[in-house]
Amino acid sequence: MKILVPVKRVVDYNVKVRVKSDGTGVETAGVKMSMNPFDEIAVEEAVRLKEKGIATEIVAVSLGIAACAETIRTALAMGADRGILVETDVDLQPLAVAKLLKALADREQPKLMILGKQAIDDDMNATGQMLAALLGWPQGTFASKLTFENDGLTVTREVDGGLETVALTLPAIVTTDLRLNEPRYASLPNIMKARKKPIENLKPADLGVDPTPRLKVVKVVEPVKRKAGAKVASVAELVMKLRTEAKVI
Amino acid sequence: MTALVLLDHDGSAIKQPARSAVAAALKLGEVHVLVVGHNVAAAAEAAGKLPGVAKVLLADHAAFAHALAEPLAALLVSLAPRYDHLLAAATAAGKNVLPRVAALLDVQPISDIAEVIDADTFVRPIYAGNALATVRSSDAKKVITVRAASFDPVAAEGGSAPVETVAVPDLPAMSRFVSAELSRSERPELTAARVVISGGRGMQSGENFKLIEPIADKLGAAVGASRAAVDAGFVPNDYQVGQTGKIVAPDLYVAIGISGAIQHLAGMKDSKVIVAINKDEEAPIFQVADYGLVADLFKALPELAAELEKG
Repeated sequence: MKILVPVKRVVDYNVKVRVKSDGTGVETAGVKMSMNPFDEIAVEEAVRLKEKGIATEIVAVSLGIAACAETIRTALAMGADRGILVETDVDLQPLAVAKLLKALADREQPKLMILGKQAIDDDMNATGQMLAALLGWPQGTFASKLTFENDGLTVTREVDGGLETVALTLPAIVTTDLRLNEPRYASLPNIMKARKKPIENLKPADLGVDPTPRLKVVKVVEPVKRKAGAKVASVAELVMKLRTEAKVI
Repeated sequence: MTALVLLDHDGSAIKQPARSAVAAALKLGEVHVLVVGHNVAAAAEAAGKLPGVAKVLLADHAAFAHALAEPLAALLVSLAPRYDHLLAAATAAGKNVLPRVAALLDVQPISDIAEVIDADTFVRPIYAGNALATVRSSDAKKVITVRAASFDPVAAEGGSAPVETVAVPDLPAMSRFVSAELSRSERPELTAARVVISGGRGMQSGENFKLIEPIADKLGAAVGASRAAVDAGFVPNDYQVGQTGKIVAPDLYVAIGISGAIQHLAGMKDSKVIVAINKDEEAPIFQVADYGLVADLFKALPELAAELEKG
């Protein structure tokens, strides 16, 4: 089966972001960018399915500015076969992303699409569910385990009370949670090989999608900072202060 | 303006995050609530008692027994024409279904709102809560999930709204519930507890979480964990507090053996009082803690249990 894996270029998870002084967003100039960590898990899962002989081809897709090609290269170095970049300078929001991915799915006809459950920049947690809706496919969100049997897929999901397992017909959408796998580091030979793998370049108009954002960002501010409190010298002092000063116990 | 809130419930009671979502919706106008499930008349009755709710919609059908996203989204879409806002708490269930509804309505959802400015404008955390974005929607209808920790829940009792049974539309059958493995605990739920005690990598093993139990018993606390502790297999995934786990804002949060990565702080920094116990005095958790104790937790936890006993 063919698997499509969308990958997003985001500010690296180790970077402490700074809000721009004009309140229009966060500073991304000169900041280290990486593949969204949940998307790395998605690529890893697809590669493992290919290694097990379940997947036949993995297509990595990224949407955004030209530099997103680097994120696709990372996926190719991990084991994806080819890439598609949908290039645009527009600030893409999940609805537009889902529409673009639906158009690509209509063209590529994958049996499975694996997405990160959430991008660590906008923290929306929406694209996979929206894509499933637009395609009329079932969804297995927040996945911690995938099992293929006969014509279907069972997905174990991380839910508020523990774990839940659902069975889905294929084609289907899966979104990854943290415990699905531990992504590999690309080896140097694989990074070299990835340079020769093809990346197709498209524009939103080629896919007949209007990517105009529906949410206008009015302003972005820093949250009120918590002040560090005081150190206490002993457990007895801690309990006394919680009782008499903070009055929370 | 009328808003519809999809409620999280356990078959009889309405969960606290859902009551916070109702509180957010009340800032928008008239509020109707939706109870979905199988044999859940008791939950609909409980929903009618929520103060401020004008009407309860009940959809009772075997296909809704496990809140699968596909049939649930179809139901919400069938009800959407009557409403200006569709909301749910940003729980695993709410996050699963509301974006699906939004796409079917050609709407960009607004996830995890922390503040209502007006009918179109909301504040939501981005970058693990390191920035707050004010966003204005140009969609005619809004589809919203609510960060429960940011809104004081409405009370469980006090209202008396009528219950109306709604027609169930044709439902898609592309997914099937297989099984659930839910953590059983006598303790309060993490997102509803007044006190939360979380352990991190410093706990060293799942066995050592037993040291937290007498303290949690004494304080009526829920027990949570950092991602490191969950990844190491000390405790189940549903214990995780953080950017991609549960967001909590209890009166008292006690972080034990947790260094304080920004992803963890994202899940607890709105707690009223934060206590950190860590042997590394440089640990970043101390920068947000109201009370910090630099100590070996294996010594401090038994002492803390004993000190609370004296109370």
